Amino acid sequence: MAELLNVEHVRRTFPRGGGEELLVLDDVNLALKQGEIVGLLGRSGSGKSTLLRLIAGLARPQGGRLTYMGAPIEGPAQGVAMVFQSFALFPWLTVLENVQLGLEALNLPPREMRERALAAIDLIGLDGYESAYPRELSGGMRQRVGFARAVVVHPNILLMDEPFSALDVLTAENLRTDLVELWGNGKLPIKGIILVTHNIEEAVLMCDRVLLFSSNPGRVSSEIKIDLPQPRDRTSPQFEHYVDQIYVEMTARRVERLREQQARANAGIEMPLVHVSPNQISGLIEALAAAPYDGKADLPDIAYEQELEVDELFPVAEAMQLLRLADVEGGDIKLTHMGKRFADSELNERKEIFSRSLMNNVPLAAHIRRILDERASHSAPKSRFLDELEDHMAEDAAEDSLKTVVSWARFGELFSYDDDAALFSLENPT
Amino acid sequence: MKILPPVSIEARRLLPSRWDLLAAVLVLGFLVAFADTSRFLVHPLSSISGDYLKLDPADLPGYALRTSLRMLIAMGVSLAFTFTYATWAAKNARAGMLLVPLLDILQSVPILSFLSITIVWFLSLSPGRILGAELACVFTIFTGQAWNMAFSFYQSLRTVPPELEEAGRMFGLNAWARFWRIEAPFAMPSLTWNMMMSMSGGWFFVTLSEAISVGKTNIALPGVGSWIAVAIAQKNLPAIFYAILAMLVVILIYDQLLFRPLVAWADRFRVSSEPSDEAPQSWALTVYRRSRLLDLMTAPFEQMMRWSYHWQPPSFGIKAAVRDVDSRLADIVWYVVLALLGLFAAWRIALFFGQAHFSWSDAATAFGYGCITLIRVIVLIGLASLIWTPIGVYVGLRPKLTALVQPVAQFLAAFPNNLLFPLVVSLIVFWNASPDIWLSPLIVLGTQWYILFNVIAGASTMPQELRDAAENFGVKGWLWWKKVALPAVFPYYVTGAITASGGAWNASIAAEVASWGDHTLRAHGLGAYIADAVNTGDFRHVLLGTIVMSFFVVVVNRLLWRPLYWYAERKFKLT
Repeated sequence: MAELLNVEHVRRTFPRGGGEELLVLDDVNLALKQGEIVGLLGRSGSGKSTLLRLIAGLARPQGGRLTYMGAPIEGPAQGVAMVFQSFALFPWLTVLENVQLGLEALNLPPREMRERALAAIDLIGLDGYESAYPRELSGGMRQRVGFARAVVVHPNILLMDEPFSALDVLTAENLRTDLVELWGNGKLPIKGIILVTHNIEEAVLMCDRVLLFSSNPGRVSSEIKIDLPQPRDRTSPQFEHYVDQIYVEMTARRVERLREQQARANAGIEMPLVHVSPNQISGLIEALAAAPYDGKADLPDIAYEQELEVDELFPVAEAMQLLRLADVEGGDIKLTHMGKRFADSELNERKEIFSRSLMNNVPLAAHIRRILDERASHSAPKSRFLDELEDHMAEDAAEDSLKTVVSWARFGELFSYDDDAALFSLENPT
Repeated sequence: MKILPPVSIEARRLLPSRWDLLAAVLVLGFLVAFADTSRFLVHPLSSISGDYLKLDPADLPGYALRTSLRMLIAMGVSLAFTFTYATWAAKNARAGMLLVPLLDILQSVPILSFLSITIVWFLSLSPGRILGAELACVFTIFTGQAWNMAFSFYQSLRTVPPELEEAGRMFGLNAWARFWRIEAPFAMPSLTWNMMMSMSGGWFFVTLSEAISVGKTNIALPGVGSWIAVAIAQKNLPAIFYAILAMLVVILIYDQLLFRPLVAWADRFRVSSEPSDEAPQSWALTVYRRSRLLDLMTAPFEQMMRWSYHWQPPSFGIKAAVRDVDSRLADIVWYVVLALLGLFAAWRIALFFGQAHFSWSDAATAFGYGCITLIRVIVLIGLASLIWTPIGVYVGLRPKLTALVQPVAQFLAAFPNNLLFPLVVSLIVFWNASPDIWLSPLIVLGTQWYILFNVIAGASTMPQELRDAAENFGVKGWLWWKKVALPAVFPYYVTGAITASGGAWNASIAAEVASWGDHTLRAHGLGAYIADAVNTGDFRHVLLGTIVMSFFVVVVNRLLWRPLYWYAERKFKLT
């Protein structure tokens, strides 16, 4: 079948302060055939949205080639439409005007513009809302306007950037099934769809193929073909099998890298910390320790039970892995001995366990504590550590790491931090 | 090509409604007034330099009309300036480097200085005709209006949500279309607000700049400002009351016919997902909206705009999408041009001061006066804060009272308070009081209201839960003010105080020298220093005083207000 889109060896970097560059996409390849829905699945920061913007012609790559229907993409191409996560509706235009905006640049006669807009509105189920303003609509209806605006130009490729993630669970599901149904009936004037998402079940539900993205830098780590007929049943064993498979793939690589870093003899402060609050960690530990899990759970199960998105669950799981409170392996998460003790303890003892775990497993926390111990004043300015971190990582990653370590240290009462004075110290107010 | 009407009015009848008639009268009236006034522009200058102005109340409506038309023209010029200057600054990083700080300096230059420095040039544009003087007057008002409008527009352009821009580009809108369909609408709410603020400031200066007296040039353009000047010279209190009454009416009309509709209309450009609890209402906007005549009149314009979006080929396939690569050569050229410009300006300044034979003592005198005015501004802003903050909190916490007081406070801020100066001066003369002290309150007479209505706004947005919590824990009295009320309104107070203090510096020129008949009261200060220099046509000292005042304003902004504002943003912002 003819290929609508070809992405070959694409590389994208962002300039960082001091002439450095951050590699966001590295050697990415992708082809979209006619009649296909391809999912780009990955954690936030894996560059999947960046790739979508390259395809949309909103940005250009530093290396590699992107071609749309055989022609290189050098700007927003006619026939490529996008649906945005935040809807990107114009609040000062009515539903009809918003939808017509997609046609405005095509220089059509007004009558045809109007007819096509009304047809799209009808198709997407917005009948009766033509003269409403976006702020009068619920989130789900707003995103329908987003869909209608994209569909009205009869695009060859529809790009969707996490279109359901700003919606509540019920609305999102309703919109997904409507879309899949329209697509299945061949009612959408679209030839192919690329869907960016971090929701594993959504990808399995909607896509013919799923490309898994790994982070730092973003790469396509594997491709999974979803060989299920539409409409798909979330409860069928095959469906669950695909979901499990993706969970395993997505966690394995990260956890392995984490282990490698920790195992290195001189594991240092250069390990970036992702912000997770101690409350989230405690919460997940308690859930794991309780029935029916008794210390061990399947990641998809616990994500479902705790109503956690992958983007929320993975960082917590990884933080627990880092702190040696749990082990993540093969799509399962299992409490360690320390983790179980943490679950059984009172608050003060928990703080102690947490503090010890910080000293043993988080080099940055141990480092700050050591400096504070050594200094006569038992205090040190934030800039001292920030400068040190910035030798190893980007500026905002350094800020994030410090923020994370502060929040963990506060819980473990390892040291304290005064934000007004930007000062670390050993003193707690007495 | 036929334009389809918006859905909302598609099924309306053809016959004109009474709304149409009213709208027609409004528009026609405006056109007639404009034509009538512009005929006057070609009259010889000599016709207005004598004492042609008789204080006849029957003439007053005509004068008020002229004054308000000057305002409107200046507003149009300010808008044009805003759309070009701010857009250039926001879109071009290189230009922005220069243009944004330039705005900061321009807003610190006292407005009367602009007038005194440019009047001769404007008069030379059309020798012997009134047009030149009119231009000078309009320019003066423009300098009082444009800067904050441009700045607000610049800020809006920098904060357009990226996904809206992306959506525009995805659907093939070119830069021109994106400007009118995305960026300008997005900026509209804050621009309208700043237009209102500018208009308030404008009233102050339009009355001041109509009676132009720079050195030997004495011009009194027909208008309320000149009327006041004559009334002061003749110690005619009733005439002053008439003028105040006329301005009240003019401002009310402006508010009802222009700004209320604008605010109500701009409300739909707010980018916020929540429906607003109380959308601003305006009967005039309803008239405009329901009027099919107005639709007919604006339709060709709309069609032209629509058509203009297609002038350039749509940006499909155009490489303009991304410009990652900085051209180093252009950077170098730009910096060289800037350096040359800077050198040239420095050379001219050096030349001017070289010829002007300034001594250090001259500069020291101006600086000393600057300190006196600084103390005056600080003390009076402090006093105004002490009075209006508690009152503002009290009012803001009571919604019914707020609905009553807030419009009054805004109106008072819009009223040209220099019309009241003669009354105060006549009292000072009567009691023989010290001008150094009693003229001082005049500099915050008009600007103190910014503190009041900002504090009211702050107190009224204070979350009910915070107030409940304070009450629940028995936080009362001074503790309540210290821990609850004052921190909650602090960011709003700072915004108000910044505006008030900026206005106070400008007002000092009008307030530190005031006369009543043949009595002229003079307080010591930089404002009086500049005003005197303007009156005697001593440009050297006008310039020196202006530079010193700009210096003070900029330094106070940098050292006091800016840190305070960011501190408030960080520490007290309730989100």
